[in-house]
Parts: sequence; C-alpha cells; structure tokens
Amino acid sequence: MSKAMIDHAEASEVFNRDEPYVNWHDETLWFVRQKRDKSSKLLPEWEQLREVASGIKSHVLSNMDELLVQFEQNAKENGVHVHWAADAAEHNEIVLNLLKQYNINKMVKSKSMLTEECHMNEFLIKNGIDVIDTDLGERIVQLRNEPPSHIVLPAIHLKKKDIGDLFHIHLGTEAGATDPQYLTEAARQHLRDKFLTRRAALTGVNFAIAETGGFVVSTNEGNADMGAHLADLHIASMGFEKIIPKQEHLGVFLRLLARSATGQPITTYSSHFKKPRDGQQMHIIIVDNGRTTQLGRADFRNSLKCIRCGACMNTCPVYRRSGGHSYHNAVAGPIGSILAPNLDMTKYADLPFASTLCGSCSNVCPVKIDIHDQLYKWRQVLAKGGHVPASKGIGVKAMSIVLSQPRFYQWSGRLGRSVMRAIPFVVNNSLNPWYKQREMPEPPKESFRDWYIRNRKE
Amino acid sequence: MLKLIRQNKPDHVALPPVIRFDSLFENTEEKFRETLAAIYTEVFPVKNMDELAAKASELFAGVVNRATTIPELGSWADFSLNVSDPHELETVEIAILKAEFGVAENGAVWISEKYLPHRALPFITQNLAFVIPRNALVDNMHDAYERLQDTTGWGCFIAGPSKTADIEQSLVIGAHGARSMVIFLIEEM
Repeated sequence: MSKAMIDHAEASEVFNRDEPYVNWHDETLWFVRQKRDKSSKLLPEWEQLREVASGIKSHVLSNMDELLVQFEQNAKENGVHVHWAADAAEHNEIVLNLLKQYNINKMVKSKSMLTEECHMNEFLIKNGIDVIDTDLGERIVQLRNEPPSHIVLPAIHLKKKDIGDLFHIHLGTEAGATDPQYLTEAARQHLRDKFLTRRAALTGVNFAIAETGGFVVSTNEGNADMGAHLADLHIASMGFEKIIPKQEHLGVFLRLLARSATGQPITTYSSHFKKPRDGQQMHIIIVDNGRTTQLGRADFRNSLKCIRCGACMNTCPVYRRSGGHSYHNAVAGPIGSILAPNLDMTKYADLPFASTLCGSCSNVCPVKIDIHDQLYKWRQVLAKGGHVPASKGIGVKAMSIVLSQPRFYQWSGRLGRSVMRAIPFVVNNSLNPWYKQREMPEPPKESFRDWYIRNRKE
Repeated sequence: MLKLIRQNKPDHVALPPVIRFDSLFENTEEKFRETLAAIYTEVFPVKNMDELAAKASELFAGVVNRATTIPELGSWADFSLNVSDPHELETVEIAILKAEFGVAENGAVWISEKYLPHRALPFITQNLAFVIPRNALVDNMHDAYERLQDTTGWGCFIAGPSKTADIEQSLVIGAHGARSMVIFLIEEM
C-alpha cells in the first residue's frame, strides 16, 4: 500500500485540536494503566514473573530456528498444515490461495495485528473476498474504513456518539443512540449472523508451543472461538516470534498478559488449539516480514519479545496525547516505534522521536524490553543513515554551538529572557512548535547563574 | 527463513531455572469465589447430582432449549446435543457442562474436547454453567499447567461470561459468547 509521507508531530497536531477530547483520551488510557498497576501489585512475585518471562523469551530468540522446526513437526503430526511466508505479500497470497482452494469467498477474522501489518484485508477485498472483523472494536474501525488505533483497544479513539452514528448507518440502530449495552447488543446480533454463515475463520496467535505443536488465542469477547469452531477452514497467522518452548511456560505468560493489558487476572477465553476438529482443515502461517532482520540487530532484537499487551501505549504520555493513528503503523506507541523502523527506515524515521524517553514504557513492559533505550538507539541509527529531517539537524547543531561556548550561552539566555518579556509574541506564535497546545512560561528575571553569583557574595 | 534465523540469532541463552511460583491462598475455594464474583459469576456449592438438578431447575426455571453433557441432568434438559452440525446449536439458551478444574487466582475453568461433543457449545450458548468437582481447584496458573495433562485436540480456560469494553471503555457483558455464567462445585460427582 502506498501512503503519503506522514509525520508523527504533524499528525498529532490534528489530534490535539480538540482539547477536551484529547484530555478524555489521555485520562481513559491512564485509567487502564492504573488498572494494570492495581492488578500487578496483587502479585508479590510480579517483578520475578517479568524477569522469568523475559528470560524465557531470551532463550527463544537464541533457539528460534530449532523451536520453529520442533513446532512445525508437532503441528504436522497433529494434522495441521504449516506454511512459511517470507513477507507480507507471501502471507496474503497463501491466505487467498487457501480460500480459493476451498471455494470460499467470505471469511470472519478475529484480532490479528499481523494481518494489519500485512494489509491483508485490503488485499483480500481487492481479490473479491469479503472479510469481516469480528472483534467489536475492530468491526467498528472497519466500518469506518480506518485502521485500529491501539492493539488491544482498537476503537479507543472514538466516543460513543461516533459509534452510535456509525451503527445507525450500518446496523440500523436508532438514530442518536449511545448506550454501550444497546450498541453492543446490535453488534452481537449482526456478527452472530456472520459467524453462522461463514465457512472460513482467520485468527491470530498469542503463543505457539513448540513442545505440543499447539497455539493459544486469547480474547474477551469469544469471537476467535465462535469463528474457528463453526468454520470448515481455520487459518491462524503468526509472526515467528510467538513461539515458546513448553506448555508450562504459558503459566508465566498468561499471568502477565491480561494483567498488563487491562488489569484483568486473565482474558475471558484462553483457547488452546492443537488439532482440527473432525472434518475441519487447520492451517498455520508462520511469517517473517522483517523479523529475521530485527533478530540480527543486536540493539533491537529484544523488541521481538513483545507479547502485544499494549501496556507501553497506555502509560506513554506521548501516545495518550497524540492517539494511535499519529504513528501511521499497524502497531502504535513505544513498541510500534521500535518495530516500525526495522521495516522501513525512511517511512518511519519520525517514530523514535515521538517519545520523551521518560522510560515508563520499559518499566511496565511484562517481558522487560528496554523500549526507551531502543528508541534512543534508533535515533542514532536513523541520524547516521541520513533519515532525520534537516530541520532537526540544524536545531541540534545550533544547540551544540550555544552549549559548547559558556559566554555565548549566557549572552543568548539574557537576550532570550528580555525578548520574551518585551515582545512576547516573538515566541507566542504559531511558528514556534513549543507554543502549540501550550502556554509559554513566564521568563524569569535572572538566570540561575546570575542568582548564584549574587547570593554567593552575601 | 530458517537459514536467516540461524545467521542472525544471538548466542545460546539457557532457560530460567525457576519458572513457577506458589500463591498459597489461605482458602483456595474462597479466593476462587471472590475472583469470580468480580467477573460477574456466582459459585454454588452442591452436595450431589440431586441437589444440582434442583438448583438448576430453580435457576433456569422457564428457560427453553436447555442442554447438558451430564447424564444425571438428562431429564432437566430439553435440547439434545446429538446433532452433527455445530450450527444447529444456535438456539441453545443454557448449557450445563462438566469441566475439569478451576483456578483460584483468575476464576478460569478448564474445559476441553474430553468433556464436549462440540467445541462451539460453550461459546454459542446464550448462557453457560460449569460443574466441577469441589476438590478440583488449584491456586494459580503454574499449578494449572502442572495439572493439565489434556491430550485432546482442543481446550480452553474460560473465566466468566464474554465481555467487551470497546465502546468508550464501558464494560458490557455478553459480547459474542455467553451472556451469563454460573459455576457449581459438586462434592460427589
């Protein structure tokens, strides 16, 4: 898919126009983050669990090939077909060919960020396949023709009025209705019909277990199971990093996943698929799409430990105030910003800069990915590779000139303070990016240095 | 892909030596009940099948399309699960299903093909009830996977009724799966 170049800062400017809306978005996600805190603090072993989870994933990264071979062998013995896709295009072709092979042109899908990454829906629809997203949030954004803005909460950027208006048009609900219970019921009826009439279901994969050849899919709504158990053909798509060695390791990851994501002790459904049911065909597609490259980058490979809980987004002060769509990538937020440049350094050069490097993301990550360190390291890589806009370079150069010469620094500080006092509009205007959505501070009368020199004398 | 992985993967890292923790709740059943109450699920202890049948009749009085996998509740049910196509389960209103065990820390119940004629049943039914032996409760997920030796083709941990909060983070019970759930802890199975 060709996209116009989008810049995170510009995109978030649009998001920030409506102040009460941004405040609501900010507070809603912070509330989810607080639920995570409460839930995690109930487990005295929480920090050890994170450590163990990270350790298991380190082992996985170092044994990836052997684990995948073991998984494939066991899955095949279970009667499951296994496909390998080098990139998004190959993945999408495999799905299309399977549907053709079984003469199916309508499919239901549960949440899979991988298929978002592969832009699978667009591809299938172009090829005459009707794809229905069945997660409520995903169905909402699909009806609006937009991508999810959050990996766990796809429609978190929308108010209930937006959804009421949308359902009125597409599902025939009453005009002006905004009651979540009523709107959810309408979606339940609408999607039940799809579950009952579709012969193919595609699901994502939360964890694939090498030891058993099985895989686990977690949902709260039950949509993955409704789709898969009623369909003749079940396709499960997974990035290869979803592999874990043993079933008992699920004990660690399932304890962390939902608590980190929403504060629930576990998702409502943790479905363990191993063999197709009688008469059903089950296919797993294992996808690379840049992951082998990321595995080879020593500074960034830990990003492949991600279990897609979304905790780093909920806690991120930049994500909460810029919205998922500003990241113009399937996975938004801090983790998306370290995954995306691996796929395309030019297109996603802006993302590692969409952070204050406060480190909150790394602190909440259930598998202890050093997210903020990686954001910082990506900045170096991107600048060296010439992917950073010239304006940023000029600013940094100017700053280094000022900061490296103390007298020049003192003089420019004095000048800046008197200018801001005398003619404030020089900085209080829309040309100054620091003035956007902010008030400029009152300039102090003297610098700390001046104050210090004066007070030392006394 | 495998060749590239071999080229690019880091040096071998061993698995962590300890991968399990004990929760040691004072009262596992009490914790199980509390956790489920928080996710809109009531737990009823019953002595035996007779008491179960009586409780089921009381709770689901007036409901039609009642299905069960428990032979002793055969006369209570009015919907036969002896169908070949799972789509025919569409009209089931309440299903009372035998399940293997429960987990106190999160209220999850393990059910698998071993206990089910159709995988779709716990999802497609409008309302769901599980019957598990009263002594089949474990503290946490580490204990659960130690206990779990299921070798069937499919199984699931289910914790409460289906739900969503995709509309402005307002919790709504009854997304695509069951709209309600109860659990019976039975002493004599």
